[in-house]
Amino acid sequence: MAQKTYAGQPVEVNDEGYLVDASQWNKEIAAEMAKEEEIDLSDKHFEVLEFLRNSYEKGETLTIRRVGKSGIVDIKGLYKLFPGGPLKYSSKFAGIPKPASCV
Amino acid sequence: MAETKESPLKKVCIICAKGTIEDVYATLVMANGAVMEGIEAKVFFTFFGLDAITKKQMKRIKTATVGNPAMRAPGGLPFPTILGMIPGVEAGVSAMMKSQMYKLDIPPVDEFLEMITAGGGEIYACKLAMDMFKLEKKDLHEEVKDVLTIGDFYGKCGGENTQIIFT
Repeated sequence: MAQKTYAGQPVEVNDEGYLVDASQWNKEIAAEMAKEEEIDLSDKHFEVLEFLRNSYEKGETLTIRRVGKSGIVDIKGLYKLFPGGPLKYSSKFAGIPKPASCV
Repeated sequence: MAETKESPLKKVCIICAKGTIEDVYATLVMANGAVMEGIEAKVFFTFFGLDAITKKQMKRIKTATVGNPAMRAPGGLPFPTILGMIPGVEAGVSAMMKSQMYKLDIPPVDEFLEMITAGGGEIYACKLAMDMFKLEKKDLHEEVKDVLTIGDFYGKCGGENTQIIFT
């Protein structure tokens, strides 16, 4: 656990940099987190993040396949949006825990 | 003792030579898991592993109910090998395994291959095994990039922090 400041707001993050409390999330925090991975968040990115947050709130298990079937973006598109970690980075920027899933 | 610094894995080259559900899915899960983590993945299907990328066979892969000591009936009850010999048992068991996997959002083989290539993973078929089974490129799924000799495949397995995995 560590304290970090994103967009002027102190937040609690775990060892991998994921928010501990999903309710502390806002779009500015997401944008700053994404900058650390050299990703500029577009509206499309935020659509994915919203989808992830909604699924997380409903307690659904997140997989890359589910995001691919969301109607927002296909899997190839998801890799383009979040290079090097489609689910790893998108869930991080969405302020939710890293999905414990192998797919 | 000198301190050793760990450097992250960059590439995995996975060779799949068997055509059972568990061998094929282990290969696919590892390859997909790699690209999802930003690790380059190259997969080489050979011998019976070719079933996983052959259009005609890829939807029919099965798990062996004979000669599989880890095979148990639901609830952990013993599953004598002789039961596995009864016609239809292998198909039934295989269907059950697949349905359990789908519940965990693990897709059918063809969709899994698409997921891997969507992430930049590459799928190859072994030339020797193709010749042996009288298969041609057109018999293979569209996601298969090329038919290679093992030497060609090794040629793609170079680089720092690369691992070759044989399932």
